[in-house]
Amino acid sequence: MSTGILVPGSTKGAELMERAVKGRSLWDDARRRLLRNKAAVAGMVTLAVLALAALVGPYLAPYAYDAINKEDVWVAPLTHGHLLGTDSLGRDLLARLLIGLRVSLAIGLVATGVSLVIGVAWGAVAGFVGGRIDETMMRIVDVLYSLPFIFFVILLMVTFGSNIILIFVAIGAVEWLTMSRIVRGQTLALKHKEFVEAARALGLGSGAIIARHIVPNLLGPVVVYVTLTIPAVILAESFLSFLGLGVQPPMASLGTLIANGAQDMELAWWLLVFPSVLMVVTLMSFNFIGDGLRDALDPKDR
Amino acid sequence: MLRFIGRRLLVAIPTLFLVVTVAFFMMRAAPGSPFDMERKLAPEILKNVQAKYGMNRPLGEQYVRYLADVAHGDLGPSLKYKDKTVLQILQENYAVSLVLGLSAILIASVVGIVLGVLAALRQNRAVDYGVMALAIGGVCIPTFVTAPLLVLLFASTLGLLPSAGWNGGALPNLILPIAVLALPQIAIISRLTRAGMIEVLHSNYVRTARAKGLPEHRIVMRHALRAAILPLVSYLGPACAGLITGSLVVERIFNLPGLGKFFVISALQRDYTVVMGMVIFYAALILVLNLLADLIYAALDPRVRLA
Repeated sequence: MSTGILVPGSTKGAELMERAVKGRSLWDDARRRLLRNKAAVAGMVTLAVLALAALVGPYLAPYAYDAINKEDVWVAPLTHGHLLGTDSLGRDLLARLLIGLRVSLAIGLVATGVSLVIGVAWGAVAGFVGGRIDETMMRIVDVLYSLPFIFFVILLMVTFGSNIILIFVAIGAVEWLTMSRIVRGQTLALKHKEFVEAARALGLGSGAIIARHIVPNLLGPVVVYVTLTIPAVILAESFLSFLGLGVQPPMASLGTLIANGAQDMELAWWLLVFPSVLMVVTLMSFNFIGDGLRDALDPKDR
Repeated sequence: MLRFIGRRLLVAIPTLFLVVTVAFFMMRAAPGSPFDMERKLAPEILKNVQAKYGMNRPLGEQYVRYLADVAHGDLGPSLKYKDKTVLQILQENYAVSLVLGLSAILIASVVGIVLGVLAALRQNRAVDYGVMALAIGGVCIPTFVTAPLLVLLFASTLGLLPSAGWNGGALPNLILPIAVLALPQIAIISRLTRAGMIEVLHSNYVRTARAKGLPEHRIVMRHALRAAILPLVSYLGPACAGLITGSLVVERIFNLPGLGKFFVISALQRDYTVVMGMVIFYAALILVLNLLADLIYAALDPRVRLA
């Protein structure tokens, strides 16, 4: 690197200067730590494969997920051209697993998105505005916390019938509470920082400060919590489906597949075992990534 | 102390009020009614039945009347089970859920604390990794997976335990349901204990105890453990919520006559009063347990002042 003299204005010099000045940002650091965490990397790879399978798998599978075949009922795995066997209606389990995985992942992502939007908005406003508004808003969260939520979700499903949109909304509306608490705590810590003062001095309103300066700086803990919320949501949906209140047939989610498998397990173990394994692998991947992200982003444990 | 309890109970009233209100209007918004049957009731009979339960009045009036009844401790009659009040149904069915929940949390506490302490004392060694793997498994493997798999293994294949039924609470019938309920709690409790123990073992007063020459088991059992399990106390409330959710699944899979099984059936049958009664019951239970957790916490940790 000692080949040339740094002449101001020469392109080479500018390039070198830039390289020298560029430091390692918080996110660079976090990425390096995350990539060094074997469990998190394994989780990411597994999840990428699963997501790809859920996305394109249903188009590639030799059978449709709802194709009933009365000839090939309860076919064992690896026989009659069914890799993972068939269920009581002769539907191919592999095709149903792929569509179930797609539904479960989609619910996980969308419902977490709903909880993210509500939680971040609620927490950021409460923390930033402060005073009596903060107290009222967080008191509401406290009250909602102490409700037996699963009952309300069940009531919601019973009341409006099971449709996928409602499952998104119902679960998302339940999961935003913790998010709002985390965001509020972070906002309280951030709002007296100099850069917020500078923004105010420049004449920005509260709304703009929250959206442009507070929220981007909350990303760390929020990202961690999001990766831990997705599996919680998948679990909640499967739980509803297991009780017969979630996704309705012939559509499938991992929860409905496990529920059906549990009914027929004495006759066809594969109907229980394969969906269960897929479910556990999915949840574990998310949890490993979440734990890895927490270790990577939390400077305390360095 | 008394003022603290009083204030918490005062906060509980609006919470319960909110629970009752939301549940009431959600239940009433549901299509269908408790009087839908296979064979349609004649219009005159339907009218009479509705009048009997006061359901011919405007919804607002029914709501106010229901609130007044609840305030007097009257949860009303069941709309589906003739000649039974909601209170009777709660009384007849809570025992099963209580036995399951209490045994599960007791077993989970003992096993979880022992595992957590062992892991903390052998940090980053085989025991620690084993316990942590178990903890991850317990969190990631949901009850509706463990329950059928355990039945498949222990009941269908090995034939050691009955696969379902209550059988008057006989021990073999209880083992699988309690195990299923306790497993995820063991995972969380052992994780919390391990984290607390590791932190405490590095604290100054433990160093002092070591410097005094106290034997290691005394340090762990008498000095460290007490502080290390503090986080567990605040976990009591969430644990209860988790057990309730779990019991909905477990009572269904093992066909046990508890409240959890009743709730889903009643909601699907639009048995308004029974559903409302159970929501109120569980909400009150969670409120009381959270209050209890705070009191125990203050009793164990002299730094906490209740105000």
